[in-house]
Amino acid sequence: MSEVREPVDPDVDLRAAPEPVRVLPVLGAVSLGGALGAAARYAALLAWPASGAGFPWALFGINVVGSGLIGVLMVLVVESGLRVHPLVRPFLGVGVLGGFTSFSTYAMDLSGLLARGELLTAVGYLLGTLAGALGAVWAGAVLTRRLYRASEGRTG
Amino acid sequence: MSWLLVVLGGAVGAPLRYLTDRAVQSRHDSGFPWGTLTVNAVGSVVLGVVTGAVAVGAASDSVQLLVGTGLCGALTTYSTFSYETLRLAETGRRFLAGANAAVSVLVALGGVTLGAGLGRGLGG
Repeated sequence: MSEVREPVDPDVDLRAAPEPVRVLPVLGAVSLGGALGAAARYAALLAWPASGAGFPWALFGINVVGSGLIGVLMVLVVESGLRVHPLVRPFLGVGVLGGFTSFSTYAMDLSGLLARGELLTAVGYLLGTLAGALGAVWAGAVLTRRLYRASEGRTG
Repeated sequence: MSWLLVVLGGAVGAPLRYLTDRAVQSRHDSGFPWGTLTVNAVGSVVLGVVTGAVAVGAASDSVQLLVGTGLCGALTTYSTFSYETLRLAETGRRFLAGANAAVSVLVALGGVTLGAGLGRGLGG
Protein backbone atom coordinates (compact mmCIF):
# COMPACT_ATOMS: atom_id res chain seq x y z
CA MET A 1 0.00 0.00 0.00
CA SER A 2 2.38 2.69 -1.18
CA GLU A 3 -0.42 5.23 -1.37
CA VAL A 4 -0.75 5.14 2.40
CA ARG A 5 2.68 6.75 2.68
CA GLU A 6 1.62 9.80 0.71
CA PRO A 7 1.97 12.97 2.76
CA VAL A 8 -1.15 14.25 4.44
CA ASP A 9 0.27 17.44 5.84
CA PRO A 10 0.55 20.06 3.08
CA ASP A 11 2.68 22.50 5.02
CA VAL A 12 5.27 20.19 6.42
CA ASP A 13 6.45 17.43 4.16
CA LEU A 14 9.69 16.27 5.70
CA ARG A 15 10.04 13.11 3.63
CA ALA A 16 9.96 14.76 0.24
CA ALA A 17 12.09 17.87 0.05
CA PRO A 18 13.50 17.93 -3.49
CA GLU A 19 15.66 20.97 -2.94
CA PRO A 20 16.46 22.34 0.48
CA VAL A 21 14.96 25.78 1.02
CA ARG A 22 16.58 28.02 3.59
CA VAL A 23 14.34 28.47 6.59
CA LEU A 24 14.55 32.26 6.91
CA PRO A 25 13.13 33.09 3.46
CA VAL A 26 10.37 30.54 4.13
CA LEU A 27 9.54 32.15 7.48
CA GLY A 28 9.55 35.56 5.79
CA ALA A 29 7.19 34.37 3.06
CA VAL A 30 4.90 32.70 5.61
CA SER A 31 4.92 35.83 7.77
CA LEU A 32 4.14 38.20 4.90
CA GLY A 33 1.41 35.87 3.65
CA GLY A 34 -0.03 35.50 7.15
CA ALA A 35 -0.18 39.28 7.55
CA LEU A 36 -2.02 39.65 4.21
CA GLY A 37 -4.37 36.75 4.96
CA ALA A 38 -5.23 38.06 8.42
CA ALA A 39 -5.85 41.55 7.00
CA ALA A 40 -8.17 40.10 4.35
CA ARG A 41 -10.07 38.15 7.03
CA TYR A 42 -10.38 41.30 9.16
CA ALA A 43 -11.66 43.23 6.13
CA ALA A 44 -14.32 40.57 5.43
CA LEU A 45 -15.39 40.48 9.09
CA LEU A 46 -15.72 44.30 9.09
CA ALA A 47 -17.65 44.28 5.82
CA TRP A 48 -20.09 41.58 6.98
CA PRO A 49 -20.21 41.90 10.78
CA ALA A 50 -21.82 39.02 12.67
CA SER A 51 -24.02 41.62 14.49
CA GLY A 52 -23.90 39.70 17.75
CA ALA A 53 -26.41 37.05 16.83
CA GLY A 54 -27.22 34.62 14.07
CA PHE A 55 -25.15 32.69 11.57
CA PRO A 56 -21.54 33.97 11.22
CA TRP A 57 -21.68 34.19 7.43
CA ALA A 58 -18.41 36.09 6.93
CA LEU A 59 -16.20 33.52 8.65
CA PHE A 60 -18.20 30.71 7.09
CA GLY A 61 -17.44 32.18 3.66
CA ILE A 62 -13.77 32.76 4.56
CA ASN A 63 -13.23 29.17 5.69
CA VAL A 64 -15.06 27.68 2.70
CA VAL A 65 -13.30 29.88 0.12
CA GLY A 66 -9.88 29.39 1.76
CA SER A 67 -10.37 25.61 1.77
CA GLY A 68 -11.41 25.59 -1.89
CA LEU A 69 -8.35 27.66 -2.85
CA ILE A 70 -5.90 25.41 -0.98
CA GLY A 71 -7.35 22.44 -2.89
CA VAL A 72 -6.52 24.24 -6.16
CA LEU A 73 -3.10 25.39 -4.95
CA MET A 74 -1.93 22.03 -3.62
CA VAL A 75 -2.84 20.16 -6.79
CA LEU A 76 -1.04 22.79 -8.91
CA VAL A 77 2.08 22.93 -6.74
CA VAL A 78 2.42 19.30 -5.58
CA GLU A 79 0.71 17.09 -8.15
CA SER A 80 0.71 18.84 -11.51
CA GLY A 81 4.47 19.04 -11.91
CA LEU A 82 4.12 22.76 -12.63
CA ARG A 83 7.44 24.44 -11.92
CA VAL A 84 6.87 27.18 -9.38
CA HIS A 85 9.19 29.13 -7.14
CA PRO A 86 9.85 27.19 -3.88
CA LEU A 87 8.43 30.08 -1.84
CA VAL A 88 5.03 30.04 -3.59
CA ARG A 89 3.63 27.28 -1.40
CA PRO A 90 4.85 28.73 1.93
CA PHE A 91 3.60 32.21 0.91
CA LEU A 92 0.19 31.30 -0.52
CA GLY A 93 -0.63 28.05 1.27
CA VAL A 94 0.84 28.38 4.74
CA GLY A 95 0.80 32.17 4.87
CA VAL A 96 -2.10 33.75 2.95
CA LEU A 97 -4.67 30.94 3.13
CA GLY A 98 -3.58 29.80 6.60
CA GLY A 99 -3.80 33.38 7.88
CA PHE A 100 -7.07 34.05 6.06
CA THR A 101 -8.94 31.03 7.44
CA SER A 102 -9.25 30.51 11.18
CA PHE A 103 -10.19 27.55 13.31
CA SER A 104 -10.05 29.42 16.63
CA THR A 105 -12.53 32.09 15.46
CA TYR A 106 -14.80 29.30 14.19
CA ALA A 107 -14.68 27.65 17.62
CA MET A 108 -15.29 31.00 19.34
CA ASP A 109 -18.32 31.67 17.10
CA LEU A 110 -19.67 28.21 18.00
CA SER A 111 -19.08 28.80 21.69
CA GLY A 112 -20.93 32.15 21.46
CA LEU A 113 -23.93 30.60 19.69
CA LEU A 114 -24.11 27.84 22.32
CA ALA A 115 -23.80 30.36 25.19
CA ARG A 116 -26.72 32.36 23.76
CA GLY A 117 -28.81 29.21 23.47
CA GLU A 118 -28.94 29.34 19.66
CA LEU A 119 -28.55 25.58 19.49
CA LEU A 120 -29.93 25.04 15.98
CA THR A 121 -27.78 27.79 14.49
CA ALA A 122 -24.75 26.39 16.34
CA VAL A 123 -25.28 22.89 14.95
CA GLY A 124 -25.96 24.32 11.49
CA TYR A 125 -22.81 26.44 11.64
CA LEU A 126 -20.68 23.57 12.98
CA LEU A 127 -21.79 21.05 10.34
CA GLY A 128 -22.30 23.62 7.58
CA THR A 129 -18.72 24.89 7.81
CA LEU A 130 -17.32 21.33 7.95
CA ALA A 131 -19.40 20.25 4.94
CA GLY A 132 -18.74 23.49 3.03
CA ALA A 133 -14.99 23.52 3.65
CA LEU A 134 -14.44 19.81 2.98
CA GLY A 135 -16.69 19.97 -0.08
CA ALA A 136 -14.78 23.02 -1.34
CA VAL A 137 -11.30 21.51 -0.88
CA TRP A 138 -12.48 18.33 -2.60
CA ALA A 139 -14.06 20.24 -5.50
CA GLY A 140 -11.01 22.52 -5.82
CA ALA A 141 -8.62 19.55 -5.97
CA VAL A 142 -10.75 17.42 -8.31
CA LEU A 143 -11.54 20.23 -10.77
CA THR A 144 -7.91 21.38 -10.88
CA ARG A 145 -6.74 17.79 -11.52
CA ARG A 146 -9.22 17.53 -14.40
CA LEU A 147 -8.10 20.84 -15.86
CA TYR A 148 -4.37 20.12 -15.80
CA ARG A 149 -4.88 16.60 -17.11
CA ALA A 150 -7.00 17.96 -19.94
CA SER A 151 -4.34 20.56 -20.75
CA GLU A 152 -1.62 17.86 -20.65
CA GLY A 153 -3.68 15.86 -23.13
CA ARG A 154 -3.81 18.82 -25.52
CA THR A 155 -0.15 19.74 -25.34
CA GLY A 156 0.98 16.12 -25.47
CA MET B 1 -4.22 51.42 14.12
CA SER B 2 -6.53 48.41 14.35
CA TRP B 3 -5.32 47.23 10.93
CA LEU B 4 -1.70 47.44 12.05
CA LEU B 5 -2.46 45.28 15.09
CA VAL B 6 -4.19 42.60 13.00
CA VAL B 7 -1.38 42.61 10.41
CA LEU B 8 1.31 42.36 13.11
CA GLY B 9 -0.53 39.51 14.82
CA GLY B 10 -0.95 37.69 11.51
CA ALA B 11 2.72 38.19 10.65
CA VAL B 12 3.69 36.45 13.91
CA GLY B 13 0.91 33.83 14.08
CA ALA B 14 1.47 32.25 10.66
CA PRO B 15 5.22 31.52 11.07
CA LEU B 16 4.51 30.32 14.61
CA ARG B 17 2.06 27.81 13.09
CA TYR B 18 4.63 26.74 10.52
CA LEU B 19 7.35 26.19 13.15
CA THR B 20 5.02 24.37 15.56
CA ASP B 21 3.63 22.17 12.78
CA ARG B 22 7.16 21.31 11.65
CA ALA B 23 8.31 20.52 15.19
CA VAL B 24 5.31 18.30 15.93
CA GLN B 25 5.31 16.49 12.58
CA SER B 26 9.03 15.67 12.88
CA ARG B 27 8.38 13.83 16.15
CA HIS B 28 6.00 11.18 14.85
CA ASP B 29 5.40 9.12 11.74
CA SER B 30 1.75 8.25 12.14
CA GLY B 31 0.32 10.09 9.13
CA PHE B 32 -2.10 11.89 11.43
CA PRO B 33 -1.92 15.70 11.23
CA TRP B 34 -1.05 16.25 14.90
CA GLY B 35 0.75 19.51 14.07
CA THR B 36 -2.36 21.29 12.79
CA LEU B 37 -4.44 19.86 15.64
CA THR B 38 -1.86 21.27 18.08
CA VAL B 39 -1.89 24.82 16.67
CA ASN B 40 -5.68 24.82 16.41
CA ALA B 41 -5.99 23.67 20.03
CA VAL B 42 -3.43 26.15 21.40
CA GLY B 43 -4.80 29.04 19.34
CA SER B 44 -8.33 28.29 20.53
CA VAL B 45 -7.31 28.32 24.21
CA VAL B 46 -5.44 31.61 23.78
CA LEU B 47 -8.33 33.21 21.86
CA GLY B 48 -10.64 32.08 24.67
CA VAL B 49 -8.39 33.65 27.31
CA VAL B 50 -8.19 36.96 25.39
CA THR B 51 -11.94 37.10 24.71
CA GLY B 52 -12.74 36.24 28.34
CA ALA B 53 -10.27 38.82 29.64
CA VAL B 54 -11.67 41.53 27.33
CA ALA B 55 -15.23 40.66 28.45
CA VAL B 56 -14.37 41.42 32.09
CA GLY B 57 -12.25 44.47 31.26
CA ALA B 58 -8.92 42.81 32.09
CA ALA B 59 -7.62 43.34 28.54
CA SER B 60 -8.15 46.08 25.97
CA ASP B 61 -9.67 45.92 22.50
CA SER B 62 -6.15 46.38 21.14
CA VAL B 63 -5.12 43.08 22.75
CA GLN B 64 -8.17 41.45 21.17
CA LEU B 65 -7.13 42.72 17.71
CA LEU B 66 -3.41 41.93 18.07
CA VAL B 67 -3.54 38.58 19.87
CA GLY B 68 -7.09 37.43 19.11
CA THR B 69 -7.92 38.47 15.55
CA GLY B 70 -4.33 38.67 14.31
CA LEU B 71 -2.18 36.12 16.12
CA CYS B 72 -4.69 33.42 17.08
CA GLY B 73 -6.58 33.86 13.82
CA ALA B 74 -3.41 33.19 11.82
CA LEU B 75 -1.94 30.62 14.24
CA THR B 76 -5.00 28.46 13.64
CA THR B 77 -6.12 27.37 10.19
CA TYR B 78 -9.17 25.89 8.54
CA SER B 79 -7.71 25.53 5.04
CA THR B 80 -4.87 23.23 6.08
CA PHE B 81 -7.25 21.25 8.30
CA SER B 82 -9.57 20.79 5.28
CA TYR B 83 -6.77 19.72 2.97
CA GLU B 84 -5.30 17.25 5.46
CA THR B 85 -8.72 15.73 6.09
CA LEU B 86 -9.21 15.39 2.33
CA ARG B 87 -5.80 13.70 1.96
CA LEU B 88 -6.62 11.21 4.72
CA ALA B 89 -9.90 10.34 2.98
CA GLU B 90 -8.29 10.18 -0.49
CA THR B 91 -5.55 7.82 0.70
CA GLY B 92 -8.03 5.33 2.13
CA ARG B 93 -7.87 6.43 5.76
CA ARG B 94 -11.49 7.49 6.07
CA PHE B 95 -11.71 6.67 9.76
CA LEU B 96 -8.76 8.99 10.49
CA ALA B 97 -10.34 11.68 8.30
CA GLY B 98 -13.56 11.52 10.32
CA ALA B 99 -11.64 11.34 13.58
CA ASN B 100 -9.56 14.39 12.59
CA ALA B 101 -12.72 16.41 11.88
CA ALA B 102 -14.50 15.34 15.08
CA VAL B 103 -11.48 15.73 17.36
CA SER B 104 -10.48 19.10 15.84
CA VAL B 105 -13.94 20.58 16.45
CA LEU B 106 -14.25 19.16 19.97
CA VAL B 107 -10.75 20.19 21.03
CA ALA B 108 -11.13 23.72 19.65
CA LEU B 109 -14.56 24.17 21.23
CA GLY B 110 -13.25 22.81 24.55
CA GLY B 111 -10.21 25.08 24.16
CA VAL B 112 -12.13 28.34 23.73
CA THR B 113 -14.48 27.39 26.59
CA LEU B 114 -11.60 26.58 28.94
CA GLY B 115 -9.70 29.67 27.84
CA ALA B 116 -12.70 31.97 28.28
CA GLY B 117 -13.13 30.70 31.85
CA LEU B 118 -9.46 31.41 32.57
CA GLY B 119 -9.67 34.83 30.90
CA ARG B 120 -12.72 35.89 32.90
CA GLY B 121 -10.82 34.85 36.04
CA LEU B 122 -8.24 37.53 35.21
CA GLY B 123 -10.89 40.14 35.99
CA GLY B 124 -10.65 39.17 39.66
